Amino acid sequence: MLQSDTINFDKKGIISKILTFSCVDGPGNRLVIFLQGCNFDCISCHNPHTINHCDHCADCVASCPTGALTVENNKVKWRQALCSGCDKCIDICPSKSTPKTSSYSVRQLLELLTQHRHFLNGITVSGGESTLQLAFLVELFKAVKANAALSHLSCYVDSNGSLSEQGWNKLLPYIDGTMIDLKAWQNATHLWLVGRGNHRVMQTINQLAAHNKLYEVRLLYIPGKTDLLSEIDALCEYLNTLPQQVIIRLNAFQHHGVIGEGLTWDKCSEQQMLMFSKKLVARLGREVLLPSVYT
Amino acid sequence: MTQARLYSIITDKNLSAKQKSQYLALEAEASLPYLDIETKTQQAIDAGIICDMFEGHAPFKPRYVLPDYGKFLAQGSEYLELDAANNFDEALNLLTILYHHVPSVTSIPVYLGQLDTVLMPYIGDLSEQQIYQKIKLFWIMLDRTLPDAFMHVNIGPTDNIICRTILAVDAELKQIAPNLTFMYDEKVTPDDLLRQATNNICVCSKPHIANYPLHAKAYDNSGFGIVSCYNSLPLGGGSNTLVRLNLKEVAKKAQHKADFIDTVLPEYCRIMFDLIDVRSAFLHEKSNFFNSFLNTEGLIAENRFAPMFGIYGMAEAVNILMEKEDNKARYGHDDIANQLGHTISKLLSEIVATTDVKYGYHGKALLHAQGGISLDKDVTPGVRIPYGSEPDPVAYVQATVAHHQYYTSGISDILTIDETVKANPLAMFNLAKGALKSGYREFTANVASNDLVRVTGYMVKLSDIAKFDAQGSRTNTTFLGAEAAKNTAILKRKPRVAALETSPSYVE
Ligand code: SF4
Ligand code: SF4
Repeated sequence: MLQSDTINFDKKGIISKILTFSCVDGPGNRLVIFLQGCNFDCISCHNPHTINHCDHCADCVASCPTGALTVENNKVKWRQALCSGCDKCIDICPSKSTPKTSSYSVRQLLELLTQHRHFLNGITVSGGESTLQLAFLVELFKAVKANAALSHLSCYVDSNGSLSEQGWNKLLPYIDGTMIDLKAWQNATHLWLVGRGNHRVMQTINQLAAHNKLYEVRLLYIPGKTDLLSEIDALCEYLNTLPQQVIIRLNAFQHHGVIGEGLTWDKCSEQQMLMFSKKLVARLGREVLLPSVYT
Repeated sequence: MTQARLYSIITDKNLSAKQKSQYLALEAEASLPYLDIETKTQQAIDAGIICDMFEGHAPFKPRYVLPDYGKFLAQGSEYLELDAANNFDEALNLLTILYHHVPSVTSIPVYLGQLDTVLMPYIGDLSEQQIYQKIKLFWIMLDRTLPDAFMHVNIGPTDNIICRTILAVDAELKQIAPNLTFMYDEKVTPDDLLRQATNNICVCSKPHIANYPLHAKAYDNSGFGIVSCYNSLPLGGGSNTLVRLNLKEVAKKAQHKADFIDTVLPEYCRIMFDLIDVRSAFLHEKSNFFNSFLNTEGLIAENRFAPMFGIYGMAEAVNILMEKEDNKARYGHDDIANQLGHTISKLLSEIVATTDVKYGYHGKALLHAQGGISLDKDVTPGVRIPYGSEPDPVAYVQATVAHHQYYTSGISDILTIDETVKANPLAMFNLAKGALKSGYREFTANVASNDLVRVTGYMVKLSDIAKFDAQGSRTNTTFLGAEAAKNTAILKRKPRVAALETSPSYVE
């Protein structure tokens, strides 16, 4: 077990939400910590309000029907106890952000984890892009592994794969698994969809696989818009180089939460998804995980 | 009772002949004058504050009977002219016969025995495959001849071939009947056996998982069983009657919180005990039930029967009392409201533990959080958090766990889990283990997309409910389920894990 004397328990993370029950973020029931902020800007994003940090423009304050938002010292303040969760503030924000974030220290999260530990297989950090708050993740995972009551919890990272090799090297000693999104095959398609190329993403996938820390690769299927279907042979050839136990999970593009151009795109139907998955299964020679809900 | 009512039962196009006979018998019993109860008790019944669960005007059989099946197999029966069992086939045959002589409020037995313990002495040198084949046929027989989802088999907490086989067969057949309780004991049950049980829940919403050490201790380690919709009762005994108190209606009568706790609730408890004593006295003293061979051959003992003191509508009661205090806190969501609920449960358990009844377990009744019946409207079963407003399952468990220590004869509560859990059954295992570890007496879960779901503690097939109005049902409980689904918000239960897209699954 790790020594706890080198851990900064006061390190803080900007967190937009914590779920204490999730069965879709890694093995078993997981406590999921959503961190605010992302370095991708996907047209298909269904949580666009997680992309940017609040710039305190205060545009959202008047929209709040319950008075949960106020301005204090030029900062927008959110009072959770008054909030009804109507999301009007998110709809109005011009900056793809939310006023509803909280700052948690590693110590506070350890307390929460201790309360929930009997119900958990582990914890997963998600986002936004969680690895943008790398130093916080490192302290959090170190602290979990160094705590006798919590060290049995597995630590997972859900990421867009953009973190540098050195960044992953800092996390690798403390994590048990990762879920990485691969949103498009051609670099140009990826660039158009998310605002960055995918070479880094694939290097991440390779690095994590080599360290046996790749739990799941997620493919977002947007019929007619991205190239996962048209490039399926190359895609599968690549996926086949990964260890057999890596889960391939398919996500269907839906309109939920999406804003702007993405809303003009067709949703992925169950039929389209089944067709796509059938072709994948034929080329991969193993099962893939399908979405359970279509809207 | 009017002849027209009898006529409409007789000519009903959806009931089978057997189901009709059952309803006609109920009407006949209901034509007798009600037992001699206090005026106040009658008023409370008429006002819907106290409910006798439609057990009938003159009880001639206990509500639930839990015969000692192990003893029966070992000694045979003089009355039934049966020798003791010598092998597995004989044991199954004997059980099949006895089931038809065990009465209950529904006339179908609610308890079929701790089947692994009961059958293990008879497996001899049978192979796994042979045991599987025999259990499978036995299971099909039970569902087809005794089609009632209140009928309950118990297994566990030890790991054994019968327990494993029953879990395998149950998941394979996905029948409504029998219902199944798996006993879990942290010290005895291996994790992989609990995994098998929780995997089954993902497939068919069964078994229900009981916290074995808690129940065993409540009955002085003298044996117990889980029957019907999760009533925990003494083995070789049972429950003579169940009377339930509508806490919502009681709360309405109170001026404020203190009035409820100090005056109104204790007064209605007193009235409950009047009804309980009158009903059980008739059963024990007048009905001649205890002259039956079950008693004379030692399969049951009169002093192991207890009345269940049921309560329901805790959520509404707490919310009404909070409103009377001008407090907006809601049951299930706010600490102060939850704590009031716990205080009420504690008070009820103290009242039940200190009030003598004429025929009880050690002279006392047993407190039960009652899971609702099909006629309930706008009132939530037991101590559960109202349908549609439940928090996530972990928060649910944490908000309600403090009640569990008080409800000796069971606390019916059902967690609804989104179907995404099917791809990750380990999450069900984590949830069950966490709930039991934190003090849940019993853990019961429904997976939202399963055709087989629980309605107030018993199982129905959703597809059967849809078909029922048109065709009628082979199983008695679909009838209740159809009524329950219409009258209560039961199918409105909110699946708690939204999964529109899973990366990141940010929005609920
Ligand atoms: S979601 Fe936003 S707008 Fe709605 S109540 Fe909460 S803070 Fe106010
Ligand atoms: S959440 Fe958006 S609208 Fe509100 S203050 Fe921050 S940036 Fe402005």
